[in-house]
Amino acid sequence: MKVKIKIRRFNPEKDRKPYWAEYTVDAEPADRVLDVLVQIKGYQDGSLTFRRSCAHGICGSDALVINGRNRLACKVLVRDVGKDIVVEPLRGLPVIKDLTVDMEPFFRKYRSILPFLINDEPPPHIERLQTIEARARFDETTKCILCAACTTSCPSFWANDSYVGPAAIVQAHRFIFDDRDQGAQVRLALLAESDGVWRCRTIYNCVEACPREIDITRAIGEVKKAILTGDVD
Amino acid sequence: MLHRYDVIVVGAGGAGLMAALYASQGAKTAVISKLYPTRSHTGTAQGGIGAALGNLEEDHPEWHIFDTIKGSDYLADQDAVKVLCEEAVDTVYELEHMGLPFDRTPDGRIAQRPFGGHTNNVTKKPVRRACHAADRTGHMILQTVYQQCIKNHVTFFDEYQVMDLLVNDQGQTAGVVALHIDSGELHTFHAKSTVFATGGFGRIWKITSNAYALTGDGPAVAFRRGVPIQDMEFFQFHPTGIKGLGILITEGVRGEGGVLINGQGERFMPKYAPTVKDLASRDVVSRAIYLEIREGRGINGQDYVYLDVRPETVNRYSDEDGVKNLDGTPRHITAADIEKKLPDIADFCRTYLGVDPVKQPMPIQPTAHYAMGGIPTDVKAQVVIDSVNTPLPGFYAAGECACVSVHGANRLGTNSLVDILVFGRRAGQHAAAFAAATDWPALPSEPEARVRAELEGIRYSAGIESAADIRRDMRNLMMDNVGVYRTAELLTDAVARLRALKERFKRIAIMDKGQRWNTELLEAWELGCLLDLAEVTATVAGERQESRGAHFREDYPERDDTHWLKHSLAWIQPDGSIRLGYKPVTLGLYQPAKRTY
Ligand SMILES: Cc1cc2nc3c(=O)[nH]c(=O)nc-3n(C[C@H](O)[C@H](O)[C@H](O)COP(=O)(O)OP(=O)(O)OC[C@H]3O[C@@H](n4cnc5c(N)ncnc54)[C@H](O)[C@@H]3O)c2cc1C
Ligand code: FES
Repeated sequence: MKVKIKIRRFNPEKDRKPYWAEYTVDAEPADRVLDVLVQIKGYQDGSLTFRRSCAHGICGSDALVINGRNRLACKVLVRDVGKDIVVEPLRGLPVIKDLTVDMEPFFRKYRSILPFLINDEPPPHIERLQTIEARARFDETTKCILCAACTTSCPSFWANDSYVGPAAIVQAHRFIFDDRDQGAQVRLALLAESDGVWRCRTIYNCVEACPREIDITRAIGEVKKAILTGDVD
Repeated sequence: MLHRYDVIVVGAGGAGLMAALYASQGAKTAVISKLYPTRSHTGTAQGGIGAALGNLEEDHPEWHIFDTIKGSDYLADQDAVKVLCEEAVDTVYELEHMGLPFDRTPDGRIAQRPFGGHTNNVTKKPVRRACHAADRTGHMILQTVYQQCIKNHVTFFDEYQVMDLLVNDQGQTAGVVALHIDSGELHTFHAKSTVFATGGFGRIWKITSNAYALTGDGPAVAFRRGVPIQDMEFFQFHPTGIKGLGILITEGVRGEGGVLINGQGERFMPKYAPTVKDLASRDVVSRAIYLEIREGRGINGQDYVYLDVRPETVNRYSDEDGVKNLDGTPRHITAADIEKKLPDIADFCRTYLGVDPVKQPMPIQPTAHYAMGGIPTDVKAQVVIDSVNTPLPGFYAAGECACVSVHGANRLGTNSLVDILVFGRRAGQHAAAFAAATDWPALPSEPEARVRAELEGIRYSAGIESAADIRRDMRNLMMDNVGVYRTAELLTDAVARLRALKERFKRIAIMDKGQRWNTELLEAWELGCLLDLAEVTATVAGERQESRGAHFREDYPERDDTHWLKHSLAWIQPDGSIRLGYKPVTLGLYQPAKRTY
């Protein structure tokens, strides 16, 4: 079938402002939107620029605004969005070229919450033990692929880009509720600061946006509660 | 721009990150990666990492060693396999100490599941050896090792693409040249030790589980600098890729009891592997699927079969086979178990196929998956450049781009994740030690000249050929002629047609002439790498007149240890032609024996 696709384009070496370009592509209903972009790049306009790698929703390269919603181009099919497709770069991060944005501010926030296990006790010679229940406690937030779909869908982040954002909180949650980790209080203190969790107004855009179906608002709620009670159980 | 580091690591998948973590403890180290580290393909690995922890049932590294050697069809170097399987155990513990969220057993230990080719060497039955975090083990490994790099302040050059290896007149490696993707500028990284960890090159084939980024840049760049590539005829086709797309469905599905079903509704693997059935080695299962299809027993006579993990199917065959839980009760699964143990697989099927694996079987076909071949190294991860293993000073390689060889002619599932970590660590340690003990190698004059010429050649070519066409033609050709079943005729034809494609490649034109984020230029350059590797693959496959592991010749259907128990090496000659050589396999533990499952 014929698909009409409108893409927000910008070439920093040529264009003063972003503009819309429109393409018509032959696509199957089961094609990914990423396939459509690849087809345009291969056969219509080689300069169309976007990131991609795994093509099945795991590497987090191709979060874009597709028909108004943040989604991975490789995880949304033509049949899900219909014959008229509109693709834009993520909002709230500086556009570099066409659909690529500068991810560095996003990764800086990720690094700020100390995203690594903190435990200075010498480990045993085998694995540390952990119960099935304790492992399940933070299972959901281990799924995050750092695609930035959540953070860049958040009105609080658009309003104030110093807000640490949902993705970083999800990553913090993954450690705060891991009973092998001893850094919870440091992270909770960081997230209690003015650019931390309290900027979340439970708007739920992030939950809608997450391609990994993480219940982000719940995770943020648990972090808020832990800050208030000082308790991570 | 010029940078200086004791150790440069190229690639930020599991192998590169592990190398960097260790190298940075003793040497000034930087990692260069064309992708953000967390985008690396290690993150897509699903099923598990193999280590004989014996958490759920008796197991031993010696059994893992034997299974790996047998799985390799006796082409693996046995000293290297011993290192792999023995260090696997501590590596998995190390990952756990780093914080990796493995699934757990009821007594709190790391959970393990069965995987193809991993057996109890006494009973010959499948053994639970694959340590897992649901079906996203690779994702958790990539994240965890990256987290440790952040913790240890490792330096990263993200979105820089390495395009050349610098080798000076004294024959030492002196670093790399990389393109900064954002600015389009070239950077020279002067280094005492260089580690390549650039991953695989499955994009040569049409149907593949491999990411767009897996274009074999590392092996191609080294090859062009005179380093041989080893065992390129051995490329693994994983039996279960999603029909048409190639997206991988982990062997873990069969580990949890899933079975393969043909168009007549028959479970066919017992015919081919009476003991372990659906959990035979990958080469065996992929050939079985092709045979079923060829004999008209695909689904509706078409080119795919079903992988069925519906609880009623699994439970029926489990009962038939007498499969038991550890407590002796019959193994039965529920829909909820599938959702819990294989959430991503369930999600892929629903998203891409509209198939609910709990209620419907999944249409699958073999998919190009894993490069057993690559840059030859010894067990120190040091690159070796001839049949007597002479090292190239200062050059190391690890992970899928390297060939130690621990996988020989066919890799066992779960052994790549072990490989990238065990040999990534060794590469980091030895690269740092080498750097500490040597002076700065001289930097060649005009180090960037070669890359600049290559890129300008593409950017300003007056040609008319389209990279997309050439890429498509190459991928179709490789699928048809250099896939699971091969013959002299198909391979000779493939080499001739690949040469024609390479001629066309010299005349490609691109539209984007810009500097910044010129991915059209980069993709065209990557296509050049793929074409080089495709030609080597078809050429060495044509030479090897036997069938071994993943390399199956219909005109030579038997393994021939008298003539072919040896590794192949391929070099490029100054005129662009390929020269072949061989080197012996290191045995020492097990003599080659007939391989049945
Ligand atoms: C879908 C799938 C499932 C799998 N499941 C399993 C499993 O369950 N168990 C198992 O053992 N194995 C599995 N494998 C295999 C295993 O995941 C890979 O072989 C392994 O992860 C490769 O790791 P690596 O570090 O060598 O390379 P990769 O993780 O592929 O990383 C390559 C790195 O090199 C960089 N790079 C490449 N070229 C350049 C360049 N020119 N310049 C700069 N940087 C560059 C990339 O940016 C990337 O960071 C699976 C593979 C796939 C595809
Ligand atoms: S390309 Fe990897 S998530 Fe889409």
